Amino acid sequence: MAKDTKIIETYEKLRGAARKRLEAERAEGIPSIRITMSTCARAAGAEETKKAIEDVLEAQGLNARIISVGCLGHCYAEPLLIIDHPTTGFPPICYYNVDANKAKLICRSYLEDGDPAFEYVLGAMEENDLIPPVTTFPRFSMEQRVVMELCGLIDPWNIDHYLDKDGYSALASALQMEREEIIEIVTKSGLRGRGGAGFPTGKKWKFAFEKSADGKVVICNADEGDPGAYMDRTIIESNPHQLLEGLIICAYAVGADEALVYVRAEYPLAVRTIQHAIEEAREYGLLGENILGSDFSLSVRVFQGSGAFVCGEETALIQSVEGRRGMPQHRPPYPVEKGLWGKPTVVNNVKTLSSVPPIIRRGADWFRSIGTEGSPGTAIFSVVGNVKHPGLVEIAMGTTLRTLIFDICGGIPGKKKFKAVQIGGPSGGCLPEQFLDTPIDFDSLTQAGAMMGSGGMVIMDEDSCMVDVARYFLEFTQKESCGKCTFCRIGTKHLLNILNRITKGEGREEDLETLRQLAEDIKKGSLCGLGKTAPNPVLTSLRYFMDEYEAHVKEKRCPALKCRDLIAYYIDLEKCARGCEACVGSCPVEAIFTTKGRKKAIDQSLCVKCGECMTSCPPEYDAVVKVSPPELAPIIERPPDQQPKRAMDGADS
Amino acid sequence: MVQIIVNGKSIEVEEGQTVLEACLSNGIFIPNLCFLKDREHPHASCRLCFVEIEGRPAPVPSCTVNVEDGMVIRTDTPEVKRLQKSAFKLIMSGHPCHAKTCPTEKPCTLMKIAKHLGVGLSPKPLEKLERDIPEVVDFGFMFYFPYRCVLCGRCVHVCRTQNEGKPLLTFARRGFDTMVAFFSDPGENVEAKCRSCLACINICPTAALVLKADERKTA
Ligand SMILES: Cc1cc2nc3c(=O)[nH]c(=O)nc-3n(C[C@H](O)[C@H](O)[C@H](O)COP(=O)(O)O)c2cc1C
Ligand code: SF4
Ligand code: FES
Repeated sequence: MAKDTKIIETYEKLRGAARKRLEAERAEGIPSIRITMSTCARAAGAEETKKAIEDVLEAQGLNARIISVGCLGHCYAEPLLIIDHPTTGFPPICYYNVDANKAKLICRSYLEDGDPAFEYVLGAMEENDLIPPVTTFPRFSMEQRVVMELCGLIDPWNIDHYLDKDGYSALASALQMEREEIIEIVTKSGLRGRGGAGFPTGKKWKFAFEKSADGKVVICNADEGDPGAYMDRTIIESNPHQLLEGLIICAYAVGADEALVYVRAEYPLAVRTIQHAIEEAREYGLLGENILGSDFSLSVRVFQGSGAFVCGEETALIQSVEGRRGMPQHRPPYPVEKGLWGKPTVVNNVKTLSSVPPIIRRGADWFRSIGTEGSPGTAIFSVVGNVKHPGLVEIAMGTTLRTLIFDICGGIPGKKKFKAVQIGGPSGGCLPEQFLDTPIDFDSLTQAGAMMGSGGMVIMDEDSCMVDVARYFLEFTQKESCGKCTFCRIGTKHLLNILNRITKGEGREEDLETLRQLAEDIKKGSLCGLGKTAPNPVLTSLRYFMDEYEAHVKEKRCPALKCRDLIAYYIDLEKCARGCEACVGSCPVEAIFTTKGRKKAIDQSLCVKCGECMTSCPPEYDAVVKVSPPELAPIIERPPDQQPKRAMDGADS
Repeated sequence: MVQIIVNGKSIEVEEGQTVLEACLSNGIFIPNLCFLKDREHPHASCRLCFVEIEGRPAPVPSCTVNVEDGMVIRTDTPEVKRLQKSAFKLIMSGHPCHAKTCPTEKPCTLMKIAKHLGVGLSPKPLEKLERDIPEVVDFGFMFYFPYRCVLCGRCVHVCRTQNEGKPLLTFARRGFDTMVAFFSDPGENVEAKCRSCLACINICPTAALVLKADERKTA
């Protein structure tokens, strides 16, 4: 296509108009209150907070503009407010864990009296002399945001906010380029697919571009079925236009005339947000016929997936869009050769497509300057588990696990020891302490036996039982197996059964070898990525935590005191206080009785090992002890006159 | 015609066919359950037909690869045998063999595979697995025996072909409890249509689908 200044002019007009509208708002000098309203914030009570703010504004006759934004990534601090009160001379201020009460206090103090209520402040959003900026915290300063740069800062439901930040300028420049030129830039940038496998994006686009076909399709994969992972949902809820822009650029580059965003139906807010963004983009001429006055046209629709994990696998995803059962197909042919309705189809992850606009805007070299040689750019993880500052973290590739877990996310709470990190969701692996200095990138993680996966990361402290963790993930993969191929359908069931047996103390010595061999076979023999990676949690935990497996199998002991069948609670008579009845009432099965000296003891035959007594025993006594194997608990006879009521009721009737 | 070398022996085979077909039609047995000649896209679900092909890092299912001139194939390496035995044992762990009441012609497909692999019909060291599924399901004019079914998907495929892409048979449930199910539009009288077809019953390798009349005969 010849250089067409019309495209840039059209774009600049759009952006100019958007800026004018926002400028007019700012000129009013009214304070603005940005509140995080993504799914994660709502779960932390953001809706109540917002309601409280509306109420207090109304009641006190205060004038402020409330703007719902997406997620800042700081889930430990949700709900978050950013108040910009320009007439006070303070910079925009970020407040954390703002419940309804705090919201009222903050609004009245700051908006009414001009006092920013320092006790609730997380930090200032800009450098200034009055309030320490959030950038002094490692959780902010050590991150590097490319995909999530604007998340939580702009209104995802108002395209003007994105345009104001030069949004869609990458599309305007791309539309002036030759298609090959765009593909060349993406190839040079070294961008690799963020959906798990890390396939070079430029190469994938080139394949699709080179196919001559009647129609081509681009699909954004936002299925995100990993338990605990929510990056893609959050990105859509927080900045849908960056994703759309990437999607449109991809469609233009490969010559597609149809695009699809595949979102799981369990993500209603994400579905509505992307639908709204598509409508806005269409109204602005950024989608539909003759985009920005060029001769490129594209329609985008949202497809709501049924929520099966395996539907995130690209061939199963395509089957499901075609109205069939979501079952993976043998590849080749790959979707770029023969995808949706037989047309060449590019399937890319949300984060992959969202990385594209910054690459076009700032160049391949800039992108390459972030991250490592083999994995340029950034990685986004949802960090959960035993960690102080969980949430979404975007870091440069190559950052070590130690930096991410201890420096950025604050380490393990409660003076506990770090035990393992599980990376890559159900298909990833558990890495122990000696891997903490592993750089986070596609190749290093795979080498260690884990994988980048879609970006789930679970941090586990010393109280986690690695056999139980492996069992948990296998339970998930077995349930989610599509049932098509032998290894995954039946093999994972055997793995799960054996792990169940081991956690119950019924493991046999030969089980460990069977587990390892079967896991290897499943990895080699399965049809799709689900089966090929499902054994990873088993294989890595066998490799790095063999001692725990052996303790379960040989000694019937769970070193982490986690597996119910292998533990027992007892009451240390030395410590038990005479006559304190706290534990008695807490026990749901009346297993606790009174023994000599009015001290308490546990009837092991009734105990269901819920641990309630341990929680309820006052800390000054701390008399309840958990042990494994259960035989370590001293047996104390229950006197006949102390039989539980319920049992006696039963005997009466 | 192209030349391929299988287990050291050079054979001439027709182009456009899979390695599995080429071997089978030249008297070289490779275990298989899900393969169907007319399938445009291999189902590749049984995972029994692994072979090693020179230049490929790991064994591949031979039903997914087309022959190429000069291709060097081995059907009997330890790695191939290991995967085949492993897949077979997995299948047998979910397929209790009741040879006496089973209406298949003996030796059945599974027995032939066991013989080829030099293993018995027991899944050892794996345990027999129970499935949370019914013993038999009434599909109207035929019965479906989930425990016999090895989920090769052949019935679903032929049904799809017979009904122009809208099969009455499909897969249901997930994971280990996956089974075949029969769906017809309410009000549609499929019995006559199905009775004149019976493609699914004829293609099933394990007699998991049985016409009701036949069942009465054997019972
Ligand atoms: C079981 C399974 C689940 C998957 N789930 C997802 C998913 O939720 N999101 C995703 O983007 N890719 C998922 N993938 C990877 C896709 O098959 C595909 O490789 C990816 O969408 C390609 O995009 P990318 O090149 O941008 O990474 C999954 C793969 C497997 C095997
Ligand atoms: S590996 Fe699992 S999910 Fe994939 S095709 Fe096989 S059975 Fe289905
Ligand atoms: S015949 Fe090749 S996988 Fe079943």
